[in-house]
Amino acid sequence: MFDAIINNLSYLLKGFLINLELAICALAGGIFLGILVGLGRISKNVWLYHSVTLYVNFIRNIPLILVIFWFYFIMPILVGKPLNPFISAAISFVVFEATYFGEIFRAGFQSISRDLVSAAYSTGLTYTQTARHILVPIAIRRMLPSMITQSIITFQDTSLAYVIGLQELVRRTTIVDSMEVRSIQLYSFVAALFFVICFVGSRISRYYEMKSREANIL
Amino acid sequence: MGLAYKFDWSVLWREPYGEWMLQGIWLTLQLGFLAWIIAFFLGIFVGTMRASPWKLLRLVSTIYVEIFRNVPFLVQLFFWFYAGPMIFGKTLQFKINAISGLNYYAAVVGLGLYTASRVAEHVRAGFASIGQGQYQAALSTGMSQRQMYWHIMIPHALRLILPPLTTEFLTIFKNSSVAMTIGVAETTFMSYKIDSDTFHGLEATTGAMFVYLVLGMAVVKTMSYIEKKFRIHGLVGR
Repeated sequence: MFDAIINNLSYLLKGFLINLELAICALAGGIFLGILVGLGRISKNVWLYHSVTLYVNFIRNIPLILVIFWFYFIMPILVGKPLNPFISAAISFVVFEATYFGEIFRAGFQSISRDLVSAAYSTGLTYTQTARHILVPIAIRRMLPSMITQSIITFQDTSLAYVIGLQELVRRTTIVDSMEVRSIQLYSFVAALFFVICFVGSRISRYYEMKSREANIL
Repeated sequence: MGLAYKFDWSVLWREPYGEWMLQGIWLTLQLGFLAWIIAFFLGIFVGTMRASPWKLLRLVSTIYVEIFRNVPFLVQLFFWFYAGPMIFGKTLQFKINAISGLNYYAAVVGLGLYTASRVAEHVRAGFASIGQGQYQAALSTGMSQRQMYWHIMIPHALRLILPPLTTEFLTIFKNSSVAMTIGVAETTFMSYKIDSDTFHGLEATTGAMFVYLVLGMAVVKTMSYIEKKFRIHGLVGR
């Protein structure tokens, strides 16, 4: 019944590993660039603010597939030789996800009221103490659920690297399916793999959301 | 190392590529609107089930939402297109596979079912924010359960959740680009096709980006008009 999966299990799982690797690269780069984007979005420097806002609004209106293609086409022109699809995909993911993480960070930074800071100062806390004990913990607690959700979306999005021929899980599944013709079991298997990880992730996100709601800070 | 690449922007309008792009845009619009009809009504239905007092309805709708939200859309699309016809058994399978434009229908239905799960979550959140008093008031005027949902709760919830629905409506056009993977010749597909014909994919995809950008701005403009029209007076405006 599961013959097509069992016969090709290691081949398929190696593809899934590529999805995970791509997601890790995308998250590491996306969160780092996202922090900078978030800071740019609350910056008082007009030029910085407007250029970062333009970048965010532009990218967020464009489908990820198109961004993947665009980098796939422009990289060989810039570098002078065809680029490995993994690196090309990773670059497009970082550029794309950074805009989404940037908006999460902006909301997190902006959600902290000035009154809270004044209250912390008035109890005699220094700036570092305020940041360390008040601002950072609250900002992180508020951002954590949406960051986890966005990470899940990023992980799901890695399947789209299929379009530039990256040998990730979905690409490998289509290859196996073209030989075995067992579409139902193969695609159910792929769906189940993604489902397990994303479902667990969404529960963790829900848990932190509840926890911060209990602490009455949302 | 200089830029050895020679730009040729005419691939965006030159014969026959300009026509390809227009056909692609037309198909993107079709996919988005048709899938939205499915997503909107199914999403309201599933979302109302999510908020219902009956446990079985809640369970069924929760399973629907969790499955469709936690599996990548690309995988869902491949499932409907490749595995979908097989579900009906050998004899029907060949008949279904012979339908011309099967990929188009698979894309519309797949995109509709996927987006419905997201709409349902917004509808549920809308119900949650209405508050108990409203239910009780509606029921106390002698309305039946069905009347209460149809005349009071759903219109109220929909007006509350218009802004997130705008975002979903925007997202549906962006997600329709995934349909290129099953050969639906929408905007992204066409820009890729122009590349395989001319090797000027950079210009073609850049042009496609602006197509989505303009489409997105048009949606935002239209929806902000609708939002203004259906605003609930007395609530904090946006």
